[in-house]
Amino acid sequence: MLLKSKPIIAFLIFASVFAYSQDKPKGQLHGNFNIDAQQYNSDSLIGAEKPPENVLMNAYGNFTYTYGHFSAGLRYEAYLNTLEGYDKSYNGQGISYRYLSYDNDGLGITVGNFYEQFGNGLILRSYQQKMLGYDNAFDGVRVSYSGIKALTIKGLIAKQRLFWETQGLVRGVDGELSVNELFESIKDAKTQIIVGGNFVSKFQSDKDPFLKLPENVGAGSGRISISNGGFVLSGEYANKSQDPSADNGYIYKQGQALLINATYSQKGLGIYITGKRVDNMSFRSDRGQSINNLNINYLPDVAKIHVYTLTAMYPSATQANGEMGVRSEVMYKFKKKSALGGKYGTEIGISYSRVNDIDRQAASDTSAIGVKGYEGYTSEFFKVGEEEFYEDVSLSLSKKVNKKIKFHVEYMNQTYNFLALRGEYDHSGNKMVYAQMGVADLTWKIKRRRTIRFEAQGLFTKQDKQDWAMGMIEFTMAPNWFVAVYDAYNYGNHHEDKRLHYATGTVGYTKNSTRIQLSYGKSIEGVVCVGGVCRVVPATNGFSISISSTF
Amino acid sequence: MKKVTVILVLFLSVIAYSQDNSSNALPSIDVKTLDGQVFNTKDINNNGKPIILDFWATWCKPCVKELEAISDLYEEWQEETGVLVVAVSIDNSRSMSRVAPFVNAKSWEYLVLLDPNSKFKEAMNVVNVPHVFLLDGNGNVVHQHTSYADGDEEDLYELVKKVANGEDISHE
Repeated sequence: MLLKSKPIIAFLIFASVFAYSQDKPKGQLHGNFNIDAQQYNSDSLIGAEKPPENVLMNAYGNFTYTYGHFSAGLRYEAYLNTLEGYDKSYNGQGISYRYLSYDNDGLGITVGNFYEQFGNGLILRSYQQKMLGYDNAFDGVRVSYSGIKALTIKGLIAKQRLFWETQGLVRGVDGELSVNELFESIKDAKTQIIVGGNFVSKFQSDKDPFLKLPENVGAGSGRISISNGGFVLSGEYANKSQDPSADNGYIYKQGQALLINATYSQKGLGIYITGKRVDNMSFRSDRGQSINNLNINYLPDVAKIHVYTLTAMYPSATQANGEMGVRSEVMYKFKKKSALGGKYGTEIGISYSRVNDIDRQAASDTSAIGVKGYEGYTSEFFKVGEEEFYEDVSLSLSKKVNKKIKFHVEYMNQTYNFLALRGEYDHSGNKMVYAQMGVADLTWKIKRRRTIRFEAQGLFTKQDKQDWAMGMIEFTMAPNWFVAVYDAYNYGNHHEDKRLHYATGTVGYTKNSTRIQLSYGKSIEGVVCVGGVCRVVPATNGFSISISSTF
Repeated sequence: MKKVTVILVLFLSVIAYSQDNSSNALPSIDVKTLDGQVFNTKDINNNGKPIILDFWATWCKPCVKELEAISDLYEEWQEETGVLVVAVSIDNSRSMSRVAPFVNAKSWEYLVLLDPNSKFKEAMNVVNVPHVFLLDGNGNVVHQHTSYADGDEEDLYELVKKVANGEDISHE
């Protein structure tokens, strides 16, 4: 276990007793709790299974103690047992995260667990996302220093969390320099330039009987950000040395990634363009691992994030082995009191995303693409692969009509490569899903502190499970209560016996930083994604309760 | 495991006793401004006037609703109390460069900071966004609230006015 932490607990007790014994304590203790529990019923119609335990729970509590320049913290996690849809390797409980850190005069030192990100994370990002059951926390030593003018440097040597163990060995340094800060003459210039770079190396011994695997794999990236008034242009290019792994089929090709963002904005107008190319960039501290385990890096997805239930039915996901994507978006607000703006202004948005595979050619005349133990393939940098992964075009309009009524409508046309993104054919046996979706969201303030919100959504497709409609009503009594009911209805399913309703009722209570929420109903099987990292969620039927509090 | 439980219970009961201190300065975390410069959260200040620290994300509907609602009233709030809204976006590297055009298109006048790896969010023990902290003129957290319901901004402003007048709201 990760948890030989008695000295830290002893220390924290000592620290709190110490804090208590002072008349005016200087130390501070803060933290939070979060509990998610669910009861399951079996429901063969929607494919929901009842686990033998009947009730499952994921819970955690964080404690942070600070005393001057010093801080210490720990997190207790309990999976009794792990909720359906999360990796069951979490089953159990204990202290999964603990650290001591010191921060003064630009010097920061952390021992124990920590999260870190270099640049955009193309080479290194450790983070936790409880909704995904994702946690690749480092366990080791981290030092940062920002005492040198215009420069911030960070270094770390650590292992990584894998459920209740730590594995791998990762070493990394990162530096970032503000060019303008460096020279007094351009300090306040309109154009601001920031450059940065990092190098990361992982070690894993080679026990393979056939292949000669590199035991140290290095990767590095350089980045730049240039801003001038409303313009910001930023980019990062990353390269990784030979890293044969389960992800890439044990080929010896180097990896590359490029991410470019360009934005322009002024009051009332925002333009956003992003482009990305990823080639063989899976980077884990254990070459044999898969899914979301022991990732060292993070490859952001470029497609638009969709926030309504049906528009999120077919979410895009990053393809670490190779993809090229672009996205552009324009957001505009018609001014208040203009012809199209009306009394309160009108917001419109248009967005386009497209992701394709990269092009791959055999590395030589005598080898096939992707053969284990060889280069694998060659890929021309700017050539777009033929296989389409994802495309969406969306239009939205938001408007406040008067003091009581606001609405938001959106339309989306989507192409989704089910086979490539989910690894299987859809429910009707198709590889590609072509869908159109519409959303109307209306908020009606009945009177002070009483609001009703209606949502109507539709999803129309000839593939997968065909057409869906969804309606929701939410009633809010500020500041404490809300009640919501919704029903998603798969009315167009070609199989009449599968034209099912997924209805759910929810009651929530909030007081200051404490929130309690109780739901009963059915959820649709599918995929939940955050930032291009996804988790498969099964259909469920039952009660669930969530409690969270920050102190 | 039993031992750990006993120790934890003990630990928690000790905390319960030492909790009624309300002095509460911010942790020192490096975040970024919209033009990419490093900004330390210790440097958040409003010359002795109250600060609303609002954790949000572009993909979070209630967060955007709350900031929209405050935006309609912000000019008035600033005139009356001098309050500063610091909107900390937890958008990660997937969407963080979208924050500037998003904020400008909406014409928000807040101080917007980027926390792409949720370091500041975690240091403040925020579970879910939106999560709002109200800081007094000395940078102490005097109130916090999670989630958003239409009308919550009115209650928040009542507290802002009290804090601006130097009243103690720690028991509300």
